[in-house]
Amino acid sequence: MKKTLLFCALLLAYGIRASAQETYPVNGSHDDRPQRFALTHATVVVKAGQVLEDATLLIKGQQIEAIGKGLSIPKGYVERDLKGKFIYPSFIDAFSDYGQQSGTEAGGGGRGAGGRSPQVLESTKKGAFAWNEAIHPETQAVKSFSVDERKGEELKKLGFGAAQSIIRDGIARGSSALVTLANDRENQVVLLPEAAAHYSFNKGTARTSYPSSLMGSIALLRQTYYDSQWYGNQKEEYNISLAEFGRLQNLPQFFEVDDVLDLLRADKIGKEFGKNYVIKAGGNEYQRLDEVKATGASLILPLNFPKAYDVEDPNDARNISLAQLKHWEMAPANPAYLEKAGIPFAISTVGLESTRDFWTNLRLALDNGLSKEQALKSLTEIPATLLGVSTQLGTLEKGKIANFIVTSDSLFKEGSIIHENWVQGKKFVANQIEALDIRGIYTSQVPDMGAVKFTVDGKPGSYDVNIGKDGDSTKTKVTFNRNGDLLSLSFNPKGAKGSTRISAYIVEGAPLVFKGESVAPTGESTPWTATYTGPLSDKKAERRDAATKTAVEGKLIYPFVAYGNEQKPVAEDVLIKNATVWTNESQGILENADVLLAGGKIKAVGKNLAAGSAKVIDGTGKHVTPGIIDEHSHIAITRGVNEGSHSVTAEVRIADVVNSEDINIYRQLAGGVTTSHLLHGSANSIGGQSQLIKLRWGRSPEELKFGGNDGFIKFALGENVKQSNWGDVARVRFPQTRMGVEQVYVDAFTRAKEYKSQLAVKGANVRRDLTLDALVEILDNKRFITCHSYVQSEINMLMHVADSIGFKINTFTHILEGYKLADKMSNRSIGGATFADWWAYKMEVQEAIPYNAYLMTSQKVVTAINSDDAEMARRLNQEAGKIVKYGGLPEEEALKLVTLNPAKLLHIDNRVGSLKAGKDADVVLWSDNPLSIYAKAEKTFVDGVKYWDLDEDASKQDVVQNEKARLIKKSLEAKNKGGAMQRPAARPAMIYHCETMEEVEVE
Amino acid sequence: MRQVMNTKKIYALLIAMSVSTVFVCAQPTVYPADPQSKAFVIQGATIHKGNGEVIEQGTLVFDNGKISYVGSGSANVPAGAEIIQANGKHVYPGFIATNTNLGLVEVSSVRATVDFAEVGDNNAHVRSLIAYNTDSKVINTLRSNGVLLAQVTPEGGLIPGQSSVVQLDAWNWEDAAYKVDEGIHINWPTVRFGRGFFGGGQQNPAAQKERIQKEIDLLNDFLYEAKGYAEADKDEAFNARLGAFKKVFSGERKVYVHANKANDIIAAVSFFKRLGIKPVIVGGGEAHLVVDLLKDNAIPVIINQSHALPSSTDEDVYLPYKQAKLLDDAGILVAYNIEGFWQQRNLPFMAGTAAAYGLDREKALALITGNTAKILGISDKTGTLEVGKDANLFISDGDALDMLGNALDRAFIQGRDIDLTDLHKQLFERYKHKYHLTAE
Repeated sequence: MKKTLLFCALLLAYGIRASAQETYPVNGSHDDRPQRFALTHATVVVKAGQVLEDATLLIKGQQIEAIGKGLSIPKGYVERDLKGKFIYPSFIDAFSDYGQQSGTEAGGGGRGAGGRSPQVLESTKKGAFAWNEAIHPETQAVKSFSVDERKGEELKKLGFGAAQSIIRDGIARGSSALVTLANDRENQVVLLPEAAAHYSFNKGTARTSYPSSLMGSIALLRQTYYDSQWYGNQKEEYNISLAEFGRLQNLPQFFEVDDVLDLLRADKIGKEFGKNYVIKAGGNEYQRLDEVKATGASLILPLNFPKAYDVEDPNDARNISLAQLKHWEMAPANPAYLEKAGIPFAISTVGLESTRDFWTNLRLALDNGLSKEQALKSLTEIPATLLGVSTQLGTLEKGKIANFIVTSDSLFKEGSIIHENWVQGKKFVANQIEALDIRGIYTSQVPDMGAVKFTVDGKPGSYDVNIGKDGDSTKTKVTFNRNGDLLSLSFNPKGAKGSTRISAYIVEGAPLVFKGESVAPTGESTPWTATYTGPLSDKKAERRDAATKTAVEGKLIYPFVAYGNEQKPVAEDVLIKNATVWTNESQGILENADVLLAGGKIKAVGKNLAAGSAKVIDGTGKHVTPGIIDEHSHIAITRGVNEGSHSVTAEVRIADVVNSEDINIYRQLAGGVTTSHLLHGSANSIGGQSQLIKLRWGRSPEELKFGGNDGFIKFALGENVKQSNWGDVARVRFPQTRMGVEQVYVDAFTRAKEYKSQLAVKGANVRRDLTLDALVEILDNKRFITCHSYVQSEINMLMHVADSIGFKINTFTHILEGYKLADKMSNRSIGGATFADWWAYKMEVQEAIPYNAYLMTSQKVVTAINSDDAEMARRLNQEAGKIVKYGGLPEEEALKLVTLNPAKLLHIDNRVGSLKAGKDADVVLWSDNPLSIYAKAEKTFVDGVKYWDLDEDASKQDVVQNEKARLIKKSLEAKNKGGAMQRPAARPAMIYHCETMEEVEVE
Repeated sequence: MRQVMNTKKIYALLIAMSVSTVFVCAQPTVYPADPQSKAFVIQGATIHKGNGEVIEQGTLVFDNGKISYVGSGSANVPAGAEIIQANGKHVYPGFIATNTNLGLVEVSSVRATVDFAEVGDNNAHVRSLIAYNTDSKVINTLRSNGVLLAQVTPEGGLIPGQSSVVQLDAWNWEDAAYKVDEGIHINWPTVRFGRGFFGGGQQNPAAQKERIQKEIDLLNDFLYEAKGYAEADKDEAFNARLGAFKKVFSGERKVYVHANKANDIIAAVSFFKRLGIKPVIVGGGEAHLVVDLLKDNAIPVIINQSHALPSSTDEDVYLPYKQAKLLDDAGILVAYNIEGFWQQRNLPFMAGTAAAYGLDREKALALITGNTAKILGISDKTGTLEVGKDANLFISDGDALDMLGNALDRAFIQGRDIDLTDLHKQLFERYKHKYHLTAE
């Protein structure tokens, strides 16, 4: 607490200075002015909800000297009458790269593997810095900050007076500076040299290969927090980055994301270390509002609403997804959704293609329900608070910095003009206040036209003037210039012989009159007058409103993709009657039997069960099985399935990157899948920690997690880990041979053992190592291995390594040559999860045979058929059916390959995998023998909730179609109204396999 | 009941015996069969003709490599014929794999074994047949599931080259040839997708459009020159690429246009119509969206495998399963292709899936037999079980479109009684031996 106070004191010391430019010599005579101004008779909006009518604002130097009604104006003040004008605190852009030359994220710095250049396994940055180039908390934005006059003016015209200047590069990005937008020497405009510490998941320009995935970024940040904790209490190494990382913890902590699920991820990692990040959000928070609200985080919102899609060509239109169209419609309502939910947020220019879009989009947000009060707060008070400068900025109060704007009207009113933007007591003119507002309708006589009307609309500097004959709706555009009191007009109406030109001046009075000379096309000049008759009608403004107002008609769906549900489906009590029931228990396959689901569990399995209050489904001629369990899946994972940089990446966790919005969840429910084991890929000898999920379509990432299950980790052997098929650039990383692979394991586990014994020493300051933590968990039988494997030699090797070091292998996955070693696996109680019939695509699958599962089963190896493929997972039941064909496994046993056996391999057979009273109601109703090509999943229940229904799917397809049709119509209307458009470009979805390598996308 | 047990035992013994032979032999001793030396009469089977018709309790006779009788009831048994009692079993025409690089690649990841993609954009003159490796270990694994013929097809570039149809029981490519250089393949210029590496290699829509137009112009110029070349009285200067199209313009060689997007299909069909060519569309991902065009121009389509994901998030999750029916219902001649080589053994299950999602089962069968033969221009010789056609057929214990029924007893190519052993069965036997599973 003391520290914080001291810190605040320091801030103040920097913030408000008495005089300017002390250290710089002056060329010529000094010109220090007192800067004393009195702005009188204005409507002063002190802050949202506090308005002083006819008030005076006194400014002295950089500060607000006084504010109030009826203030007496001391001598020496320059007085300006701002009658009719409004004064607001100027805005603060809480997320900007203002003043940073190389501020924004550069693309494609880092290299993973499988790319075009060799992997970079060590930092290329010289010095006592962090091992990873994406961690550079030592970066101080203030050191590279320079005043940018052009950008500053752009922002000031929008109403901004201060900005947080950030270098948006890397994961630990260092500190930002808070600066004003005054066009002054840098020394004068820096308010806070270190405003906040910044983070992201994006490695930016870092050249180190690690991290190459989102989960790697998260793991790196997590490790850095632990390293920082350790660093303070050790004397072994000096590390600038870790020292700085720790030092910056006292600042506000800001995190940049571009998507709502990333927002939740950022918040989660922060909370692990007691940090509540201020999060720069992506603009789609409305899609998971409850979860966002639950974070308690303050947000910085972009106004980066998507442009309408150009859907005139129906074939182009097919490239647009429902989610994209819906987001186009709903994004402008995002601020309103957040306001209603009571989530605090600032509004920033960040993410705008052009700053010109700022007011357009802000008005769009207002049209979509954002309140004016909230808008003002989000632009002033809230950013000031988030940056810890609410004593200096954000409201108009005595003693604060004189950052304010003068507007022609109530700020958010249509047509309101920002005239002046005062920054640190200095005036910047955005739009000249003209002594007279000349907008209105004027009557006049023009030679050749007779009686005419002029309408003068628009803004000073860009008047929109039209001329029309009395009683004729045809209008002609007038070229109109005003310079103070002088006017010039020219127009060339249809049918005229040429342009008529007028020079005139304004005669103040009631009514207002323009007087001057008109010169006809013939060159004949006559005296001319125009007389003000009244204000413009509001019709035009209304028309504009109608054009831009895009009330949201669509509904929120969960997840926010096609086939999402408006309401979260709930568990039902259901009795499936008179079906063929594959129990996977000692009863075997029961004919004409019933299954009762109640309260999310299986209540009973047997004949002639009483329905009670349960809904009855006729299962005659149909089959009921436990839900399909995929031991090896890569669906529902965000931005990278492989952290394919290092050979040992036990620290990365699929748990950090579960993607609830993946359509493959729904598609696989349609294939009877209820549980999927989401695995790290096979790029590394020791890959990442896996995550078991249930396919609870529509639930949040956290709610998808199976819950209460043992943790697993992916290992891998063979061609992928030795990078055989990654091209000639992948010749750097150890191991490149199967010989090396063994030594990777020996080394990793030897280190893990040493680490474990160090941890056991009381009071030792052992650096928490997340990689070794995971290996220690394996040694302690708290985490279990599923190892990607193909040929017998390597499988044998790992079994020997495990035996000699003393850890267990739970499962060999893929294990295409498992049939050659089934006896050895069986002796060690190691299971096998394999493909039914894949082979021939690489050397290590040359002896992969479809009889593998049969042979392993024959040796009492617990065997599963897995997918590793989003497509195949939809028909795993039929892949199991192939083992009836290849080898002749009895049908009952074949079904277990994709139900009970994977449940056993995953240690969840106490909950799922068979139909038994008390187990989870994860149940599928099939149209036919589930192993047959003719089997269709008609209904799929997870925890008793029906997430898939073949019949309901038909109506869901209609919903998708109708909703798209509505939105396409709306897009076409937007185009006809001249709205900005974007061309649809299809983006094929990323479908992950074991071998998929992907850089973190640069967004 | 007892008798049944006995039969089973005998059967097991027979297997054990055959196993011992199999044991010492590997792929090299799976010999291509000799020409048919005696007639075969299959009796009592369900005969799926491949043209939509099915005969219960039927009889099928073939001799000298040709089918001489198909029908219900009994037929004259030629002298010396082998009678196969197939009650409860099913007879099918051999399945035909289309658009496959079978025999042109042995191990996908090993460049030295990859022979399906020549360098350059225009390879109209290259011929897949002469690179087709009859000794590939993959081939026999396909026969085991009923695939007896294949259209061996080159890939890559704008014009990958010429395909040939081969039968899958041969000593060398010359023997394997079933229809030589029967078609030229063209990859219709289309939108390409980057994979997201290094900021994504994807061109923007405008650049894509420009590139596509350039490629179409290239095709256009080339094909009109080829037409001129074909029409000229004599060749002034030999040009292999132009020459490859001579047979196209004379109607002896097909053009297979690989296109998936609706716009691409429309563009391709119109393009070739102007040249007086009726192409076969291969891929046809969005063919169901342009059925009128396809129907009006009588364009057949070889669609992609049913075991696929929908091409976009919003599509019916089952669309790939249903697409064949959508096209068939519209009266379009449609067949299946599967990408790859080893994958072809799942060809029957593609048809099975189409049947599961609404297509009549016999019509589904035609997608990999009768329809395919028509599209490839080999329906005079194969594709259906009709008198006069080659005896390319097999007997399965059950429904061959279903993994639960696909179990081949016997298979014949041109009447030759082929050996259904393959590498996988051999390895199965080897490890049954290790685990003492074969001993009764």
